[in-house]
Amino acid sequence: MRNGEKWTVQTLARALRGGKCSARELTLACLKRIEACEPEVHAFLTVTREKALTAADRIDARLAAGEELPLLAGIPMAIKDNICTKGVRTTCASRMLENFIPPYDADAAERLHQAGAVLLGKLNMDEFAMGSDTGTSAFGPTANPLDVSRVPGGSSGGSAAAVAAGEAVFALGSDTGGSVRQPAALCGVVGLRPTYGRISRYGLTGFAPSLDQIGLVTRDVPDCAAVLAAVAGFDPRDATSSRVPVDDYLTGIGEGVRGMRAALVRESLEESSPGVRRELLRAAARLETLGARVDELSLPFLRDMLPAYHILSSAEASSNLARFDGIRYGFSATDAADWQERIRESRSRGFGREVKRRILLGTFVLTKEQYGPCYEKARRLKGKTLASLRTALSYYDFLLLPTSPEVAWKREEKRDPVAMYRSDLFVVPASIAGLPALSVPFGMDQGLPVGMQLVGRAFGEKELFRAAHALEEGKA
Amino acid sequence: MNTRYETVIGLETHIELKTETKAFCSCSAVYGDEPNTHCCPVCTGMPGALPVLNAKAVELAVKAGLLLHCRVSLWSKMDRKNYYYPDLPKAYQISQYDRPLCTGGWLDIPSGEGTKRIRIERIHLEEDAGKLLHTENGTLLDLNRCGVPLIEIVTMPDFRGPEEVTAYLRELRERIRFAGISDCRMNEGSLRCDVNLSIRPVGEKHLGERAEIKNLNSFQFAAKAIAYEAERQAAVLDAGGVLFPETRGFNESTGTTFSMRRKESQSDYHFFPEPDLPPIVLTQETVERWKSELPEPPSSRRERWQERWSLARETAEALTVSREAADSFERAAGMTRYPKQLAVLLAADPARLETERIPVSDKHLAALADLLGSGAVGNAAAKELLERLWQEDADPVEMAERLGLGKITDRAALEELAREVIGSCARMAQDYRAGKTAALQALIGQMMRRTQGRADPELSREILLNLLKSQ
Repeated sequence: MRNGEKWTVQTLARALRGGKCSARELTLACLKRIEACEPEVHAFLTVTREKALTAADRIDARLAAGEELPLLAGIPMAIKDNICTKGVRTTCASRMLENFIPPYDADAAERLHQAGAVLLGKLNMDEFAMGSDTGTSAFGPTANPLDVSRVPGGSSGGSAAAVAAGEAVFALGSDTGGSVRQPAALCGVVGLRPTYGRISRYGLTGFAPSLDQIGLVTRDVPDCAAVLAAVAGFDPRDATSSRVPVDDYLTGIGEGVRGMRAALVRESLEESSPGVRRELLRAAARLETLGARVDELSLPFLRDMLPAYHILSSAEASSNLARFDGIRYGFSATDAADWQERIRESRSRGFGREVKRRILLGTFVLTKEQYGPCYEKARRLKGKTLASLRTALSYYDFLLLPTSPEVAWKREEKRDPVAMYRSDLFVVPASIAGLPALSVPFGMDQGLPVGMQLVGRAFGEKELFRAAHALEEGKA
Repeated sequence: MNTRYETVIGLETHIELKTETKAFCSCSAVYGDEPNTHCCPVCTGMPGALPVLNAKAVELAVKAGLLLHCRVSLWSKMDRKNYYYPDLPKAYQISQYDRPLCTGGWLDIPSGEGTKRIRIERIHLEEDAGKLLHTENGTLLDLNRCGVPLIEIVTMPDFRGPEEVTAYLRELRERIRFAGISDCRMNEGSLRCDVNLSIRPVGEKHLGERAEIKNLNSFQFAAKAIAYEAERQAAVLDAGGVLFPETRGFNESTGTTFSMRRKESQSDYHFFPEPDLPPIVLTQETVERWKSELPEPPSSRRERWQERWSLARETAEALTVSREAADSFERAAGMTRYPKQLAVLLAADPARLETERIPVSDKHLAALADLLGSGAVGNAAAKELLERLWQEDADPVEMAERLGLGKITDRAALEELAREVIGSCARMAQDYRAGKTAALQALIGQMMRRTQGRADPELSREILLNLLKSQ
């Protein structure tokens, strides 16, 4: 069913309304695809087959009754397993939340539900979104559907793999330090991290709240625009959600890049593999051909961003994950002698290695002794990043750099955690600055897709979509 | 107390704010309901639930700061205080660390003949924890109080003894309650304090090693704990021992303090800015508006009234039991020529003033005071009128007429009554004639009794005197 990959929100919405197919048929097709791919890909942790079919039937009935429904009505999709779904198990790919069934929907999940999108199930990820290859999941890794011996990236590896494999038309992920963009790049699909505050974080299990954003994985840029329009918006339940009005992202998406100014980040040339560097230069040339101006720009602090990111995110994670004590939900060391030991044992056995590493790191950088030299220094760097990216973006419409320094690697190639952290070098700056960034497939290297990253102004998603769509249309 | 040492005390007072809802969610903050009936994903710390700061809590915290003459920070923030305890489901308390809402105030307390100024270091906003109930069958957890907004008021080490601490707490509680910031009910835990206490030889400048006594929930316990702890520290030093910084508890049944943990082993709370909440930004205009909404403190009202209308201290205190009572009295007092009579009349039932709002309009209160002050009705009648007005707000002049509560000033009627009284109380009359002048008062009392207090006392006295002389 390779043609499934060509299915986009736009074409399927038209087909549904034209009576060419039903929501039930679409859902069944996805479920069939899931059945076929899952043994090798393992993108899903939970498949909600019956719920999905019931929801699809409801949409079919409403369409048959001639009701005007939102664009996403009847479109099958899936959600990363750290985003709460009412009545559907939400595990964060951790033993600690293995049996957690939220009594509430995340704001984004609720909006998709309102729009009539059909939930197929919950997607695999690195445990508590900590990782870059979906290898730290307590329930086994996800494989890259383009080459199952390779990683799909992470932490939203399940989201990217599901969309790339045609198991879902689009997916929600979360992006703390590149977790949507990097897997999208490695799986050859579109990944968006919107501006911090654009999509409510209500119901997203916190990893590092000052950096966490719900993101989208779609098959093309217009789909991304359509889904963002459905899930974005102010939510009174999230104090960091923004009141900036949501744009009409689809209108004018095909207007091209003529007159736009792009800054190619010089350091990303040096840090990329030869193949990725070649595609980056080709993308710059393509933008110029299409009428944009591309300059080289140096961001000398780029390399400092990675340690700053790990300090800030681990500090917040150590606090956010302290509540998982094995008493209220998830794994519990029931063989412990007393309650203190039970908590200690539950956490020692219930969390995986990477999560424990980050909890330890975060606890360390927040001690009285390390707060100044680590945490505070990282926060100052965050301020500096924001200021210098703002300055750059006051002149340039967007920054251009690869999403990942290299294409998808084989799982056994990266065992060292620091080598793994380095794969996030290009995605971390936008996270730290809270700016919107989009990864769009552009070109191939060693037969695997390369993702180009566009970083835009705060709440400038519309311009990002326009530029990314031009690159997407113009690709060979 | 050993006179060789001086006791130095600082206080941290926790006060639950009187908001409808909790600090970070829309659960009710009401006290005393069935356990775990006021909690939600936010205050139980479920994955993905987020806090949203209650604007009313900020307003009340700032108002408390203004009452205590603090500087209000126009930019402040919430922080996470990380520690694990079963009554804290998020495993961190949302509090304020280095940028509290209010800093640097003071409160004057009565001390000896004059007043003493206690300096306030800071006031910060935070959330309360849940409650553990230890039973025979294990420990139960009630999360109803979890997330209720609190302020912590920290003083400088300005107290020198339990009397000053008690005076401070009284003054603080009265002001806070009067301004509607908190009910300050110690039995419900909405006001509780920690005492930091050290002693030093008289004349010594440096502070001694301090003990922090946690969670004192009555004025009496605070005073007892201070007295005991000061003696204990003195005994240690006198015996050649060494004091070390520690956290102590107070045993309410024995009146003694006991060591809980040494301070140096105290945990590091890993404070950092709360990433789920943006900074709290206030404008000067907002702060000014809140300031203008604050009532004049009860102590200053009492002083004013005592001076102007020479009210007794008890009367003035009864009338300042709540802002509503004080405001109501003060408005009505401005409309009558007899404010003192009004005060005495209203203050006769202090318990009622504490629990009920005065349901009588200012105009009618003033009219009642006029009736009483001008002598148109007597004390007993005025009391009865007030009772009736409490049930139904009406014009007391009409009511007095309708009920025949006006004074009896008809000379003929009173003379007849006086004859009757002298006739039936011949003994009293004899006593008077025998020179016991006090008997006259008893005879007047008889006339009052027979008229339900309506007989004009002056006229009755005159008539009785005449009759007694002439007979």
